[in-house]
Amino acid sequence: MSVLVILEQRDGKWNRLSFEALAAARAIAEAVGGSVNAALLGAQTESLANEAAKCKVEKVFVINDPLLAQYTPEGYTAALQQLIEAVHPKVVVFPHTYQVRDFAPKLSTRFGRPLISDVVSVKTSDGRAMFVRQLFQGKLSADVHSSGDPQFVSIQAGTFRATEPGDQAGSVEKFPAKLDASQIRSKPEQPFREAQRSVDLTAANVIVSVGRGIKEKDNLPVVEELAKALGAELAASRPICDNGWLPMERQVGSSGQTVAPKVYFAVGISGAIQHLVGMKGSKTIVAINKDESAPIFETADYGIVGDLFEVVPALVEEIKKSKA
Amino acid sequence: MKIIVSVKQVPARDSALRVNNDGKWLDESDLSYEMNEPDAYALEEALQLREKLGGEVVVVCAGPQRATQTIREALAKGADRAIHVEIAEGPALDALATARLLAKAAQSESPDLILTGLQSDDLGYGQTGVIVAELLGFSHATIVMEVEPQDGTVRVKRELEDGWFQHVVLPLPVVLTIQSGIKKLRYATLMGIKKAKTKEVKTIAASELEADASSSAAMDQVYLPQRSKQTQILTGNSKEVAHQLVEKLKFEARVL
Repeated sequence: MSVLVILEQRDGKWNRLSFEALAAARAIAEAVGGSVNAALLGAQTESLANEAAKCKVEKVFVINDPLLAQYTPEGYTAALQQLIEAVHPKVVVFPHTYQVRDFAPKLSTRFGRPLISDVVSVKTSDGRAMFVRQLFQGKLSADVHSSGDPQFVSIQAGTFRATEPGDQAGSVEKFPAKLDASQIRSKPEQPFREAQRSVDLTAANVIVSVGRGIKEKDNLPVVEELAKALGAELAASRPICDNGWLPMERQVGSSGQTVAPKVYFAVGISGAIQHLVGMKGSKTIVAINKDESAPIFETADYGIVGDLFEVVPALVEEIKKSKA
Repeated sequence: MKIIVSVKQVPARDSALRVNNDGKWLDESDLSYEMNEPDAYALEEALQLREKLGGEVVVVCAGPQRATQTIREALAKGADRAIHVEIAEGPALDALATARLLAKAAQSESPDLILTGLQSDDLGYGQTGVIVAELLGFSHATIVMEVEPQDGTVRVKRELEDGWFQHVVLPLPVVLTIQSGIKKLRYATLMGIKKAKTKEVKTIAASELEADASSSAAMDQVYLPQRSKQTQILTGNSKEVAHQLVEKLKFEARVL
């Protein structure tokens, strides 16, 4: 037993990042030697467990309990603590989801270990896995490890290609965790969605997206002109929508929409990972930013280091000229 | 209601970052610092809760001597007093090590509520609040958009993924990590800045807290990320780069 990957489902539906974490777990197992096992928590997860067993794992541990029907940090932590104590993995791997952010630090603290969160790639050093994560919103990278077992890591979205099911199936094994309703102090209500989105950015061929570099709401016409000249949809990074300068439904990133247009213009967007996961599938990416060390330039095909208030109007002129 | 807000001081957002000589941290020689932005939202939420319900807002900050500037800023915005856990200069501590110090410092205050930002802009582990809750035996909720205190409990609205939300009711005492952007941040007034000078700041050396310092995450190397794509940086004046870009998009990428 070497690597245990924790899969995520809600109401019988996969969180797709589970299979990216599974791919990462396989890469880690190759680095440290040994097999990959998976764990799946919920109230009724048999059919999902059978699907997961086909994804190149030795065994899927299923923890079924009515107390796990709805996610709570207390329930998930207690159940996984018992599993980890029983099977002694060297590395525990999570997908870096909002749910994992909610309970995984609690779980790793039970073992007195740090959780190396938001990992983007895996290296090996002296037979031990070393994890690459980003610092300063992606401006720097760091190689990180922790001493002692298990190491706890969570995998950033979009950094490993999801494992596809194969022909051979691993086994499915029930793990009986002892849970007590009195341990669960938080009382979750039913999840809900606010108003339906009326803007579908995923259908756009060209997107002009604006970030903090625009400085204030009154400057928005600068990028609106560009969107108009290109026949593009206008989008934004999170801070712009948080400020109410553009509606939330125009947000691109991990908490907004995921887009892959033919051309994506990132204007005054530094390129924090939360934004990048929402747009890095775009065919061509253009970045305009005054900070030459902005991480957006690592993802862009074409970069312009300069003042957007000068570059964008010049660009509008050129586009109009070329269309005339 | 007694509220602790845990804040961190981080390098200013637009800082030019350089790796230091041993390749394990930044060259901090000419950096400027600011309050971690997500923590500023936690502070704002705490101040608004106190305005509604009464009580006290205590700021706790683990950082080197320079962090006093951030603590004064929090006091100037309206926090009542502060505890500064002073640590040595050098690489920022990981979330587990930081949380062990903050939990020790918070414990003696017996708070009802501990608020903090959902992540830091420097290391970005996004875990400190959850670990503090675990160490103190408090319940917790993360990525919180709204906080409604009720009798002995608090009902919060959490952000889930893909536009989903959820309400959760938690017993006090509780740790909440606050989503950025949920309220408008206030500025410190001149009067606030003046008053801050007379407010109590208790400084405790990290070594006095006897927090467990074992098994943190070790940073073996810090470096500029490798480019995953071949980025063409266009140079020239605005008119020139605009012209080049349109040409490239038309004839090279063939997307215009």
